[in-house]
Formats: sequence, C-alpha cells, structure tokens
Amino acid sequence: MSQPLYVIPGSTTAITAPMVPEASPARTVGEVLAQSQVESVLDELGRDLVGLVPVKQRIADIAALLVIDRLRAQHGLQAQAPSLHMCFTGNPGTGKTTVALRMAQILHRLGYVRKGHVVSVTRDDLVGQYIGHTAPKTKEVLKKAMGGVLFIDEAYYLYRPENERDYGQEAIEILLQVMENQRDDLVVILAGYKDRMDTFFQSNPGMRSRIAHHLDFPDYSRDELLLIGDRMLAESHYHFAPGARDTFDAYLQRRLQQPHFANARSVRNALDRIRLRQASRLYSERDRVLDAQALSTLDASDILASRVFNEVQP
Amino acid sequence: MMTNPTGRLTQGQFSFLPDLTDPEITAQIQYGLDKGYAWSVEYTDDPHPRNTYWEMYGMPMFDLQDAAGVMMELQACRQTFPQHYIRLMAFDSTRGVETITMSFIVNRPATEHGFGLARQEVHGRSMRYTVHSYATDKPEAERYT
Repeated sequence: MSQPLYVIPGSTTAITAPMVPEASPARTVGEVLAQSQVESVLDELGRDLVGLVPVKQRIADIAALLVIDRLRAQHGLQAQAPSLHMCFTGNPGTGKTTVALRMAQILHRLGYVRKGHVVSVTRDDLVGQYIGHTAPKTKEVLKKAMGGVLFIDEAYYLYRPENERDYGQEAIEILLQVMENQRDDLVVILAGYKDRMDTFFQSNPGMRSRIAHHLDFPDYSRDELLLIGDRMLAESHYHFAPGARDTFDAYLQRRLQQPHFANARSVRNALDRIRLRQASRLYSERDRVLDAQALSTLDASDILASRVFNEVQP
Repeated sequence: MMTNPTGRLTQGQFSFLPDLTDPEITAQIQYGLDKGYAWSVEYTDDPHPRNTYWEMYGMPMFDLQDAAGVMMELQACRQTFPQHYIRLMAFDSTRGVETITMSFIVNRPATEHGFGLARQEVHGRSMRYTVHSYATDKPEAERYT
C-alpha cells in the first residue's frame, strides 16, 4: 500500500503502512522450535530444576506433541486440540508450583495458550460462603485465568465429603463445564498431595476423566537436596566453608528422619536459619573487619548449632 | 425515519456498521484489555437515547488478560436475553480519566421498533416535542417478543 490512507493537515510526511514480513511456514521440527523459542524454556527447566526426571520427561513429551501438531496443521491435518489439563501430585516442596509456572511459559511459546499467565488459587477463591455466592466467584476466577493457566493448589479441599451441603461441589461442576467446553482458552492444573488427590478423584470421576496428564512428583534424594541447597546459596551469594557442606549433608541425613520433612522447602528454611546463626556469630565479633569473603561464608559451626543434631542420632 | 433509514438503533461505536461478528467483537475486547480497560456487559429493552444506565449483567470484569473471559459473559447474557439490546462497555480507571472509553452494541432484537415524535400542546398554541420509544408502550419483558 503506497498510497497514504489519509494525511493529517500540516504534516509533511506521508503515511506508510508498516511492512510485516510474512513468516514462512515451518516445515521441520527444528524450525518450529526456532520460531517458538520453546527449546530455551525446556533447557532452562532441565538446568534449573534438580531431579524430577519423570516430570521432565512428560513435559518434553507434551512439548513434542504440540510441535508435531503445529506441523500437522500446516498440511491441513487438523486434529482436535489436545486436552492439556493436568494434575500434579507430590509431597510438599517437590516443585509443583515452580513447574506449573514453567508449564505456562512452554504452552505460551507453543501458542497453545494465548497469554501464558498463571492464576494461582485455592478453595477460598473459588467457593463462596452462602448460597448463590459460589458461581459468580468461580466464574470470576475462570474469566481472569482465560488465555492462561489456572493453578488450583490443594484442590482436594474443593470437595468436602463430610458436609453434603458444601458449596465446593458447585465450584467443581462449573470448573468441569469450562474445562470441557473451553479447552482452547484455558488450561487447568490441579495440585495436591498424592493420597488426598486420589480420594478426591474417586469421589469426582468426571474430574479424573477430564484430566489427561497425571504427573507424580517424586521426593528428592539426599544428593538432590544438597544440590538444591547449593543453588539456593549461590542465588543469594553465600557459600559453605570447607567441610561445611559435609556437615550440611549430615544435617539433612538427620532431618530426613524427622517427621514433616518438606523437601526443598525444608532445605530453604534450614538455610535461612543457618544464615541467621551466621549473622549473629558475626555480630558478636564487634571489632573484626568483615570482608566480602567473611560475610558470605557459612561455617560448619553455624550448621552444628541446629537442634536436629541433639535430638536425632544418625 | 429520515435520519436513520435502516431503522436500526445507532448508539455507541460501530452502530452505523453492519453488526460485528464474534471474532470482530473479540478483537475489540482484546484491544481494550491490552489498554488496561475493564469490560462490562449491560442489557436493556428500553433503548431511549436518554436511558443512559442500562441493567448490568454481572460485575464489571477487572484484571482480565484475555477476551475469552468477556466473551463467556457475553454469551451467557445473550442466552438469557436473546431479544434485548446488549452492549459492551470498557472502563478506563486511569486517574483523571475514570470513565467509559468504549461502548458498542453487540446484540439487537430481531425487529427494532424505533422511536416516534410525541407532541404536547402547552400555553395556547406552543408545542413541546419529545422522543418516544414505541417499545415502551408494552410492559417490561414483553417489548421485543
């Protein structure tokens, strides 16, 4: 279009329509990957997240399916959009929320969801307090999540079998309806502990059948927890003094035997407490000149002060 | 009507154009959302030009990212009121603006009755004129059946 559509009085420059380069249709998997830049997210996922091998494998499979679907679409081989609703089960601190955020990124890059934002909700955000309150509340959340990912944490709380007048059932029904009819617009990810999700699905078979991907997040091994600890420290510019890493390993060994161990979350909390002890150790040395090295080193003594060492024998 | 030969209600944006299709409406909604507007759905069966405030269908929708959410609400409203006028409005909450910035009709009754001119004699031979909507001769909910 060389002719301007209209000219603003007084302006000298002619209006030129912006030239949009026509994207050539991708023909190989490599071209789709290059166009969508999904590989960088997958690489990041592999690099940043320790362990979780079965989860990574499943995500790679899903990404492969979506790439092949894109190629098929260019040959007119239309397939029904795959159902991508997922269920993440696993113990606390195994990275369910983190993976959900990455999942949204991957789906967005592949053009499966339009916006790629994550709306994270719990029972309180979906279920109302009185009759007629639940439906608008659930719908509002669904509308906010359109074009992205709806992440329902601890989804089993939605269904309370002990109270037959509980409004959670209403929320589940609306959710099911939208999951079925608007799967192009929205991906729902449920998350929760394995055993309680299983009972939840038993009482809601409709929910189970509408969720295509059930991903189980395994617990981390001690080596993986150590690696996670290393990364957390590196992120906040700390490091272990020589020998302190072995002490931390010994700490983890004891902590694993205690109840309520929450994987990566417990590691984070332990590191936070170690930082507190390091700070008060340095604080007590009033006249010492502290350089960057001293300020960022965690000593074995900081770790050994934990009460875990008194309570549990290896 | 001389000024409106097609006999269609002309209020808001795009009202002299043929009815917008759903993809076109979606594109308009997305444009508004990208600008940070909050959309709301309203309906009425009394389309008098001075009837500024129509009935709200649900709350205004803040914090949306994608047009599909608004379209969902619009479809629900169309299902409930297939023979009403329905319009979408975009509210700009920018400080100092704080007003409706977009508004257009997305649903019309099958036949639009239009308006007549009502005359009233006052003070001898003086005349007063007003616009009267034929639809409002009938009671509410029976106007466009």
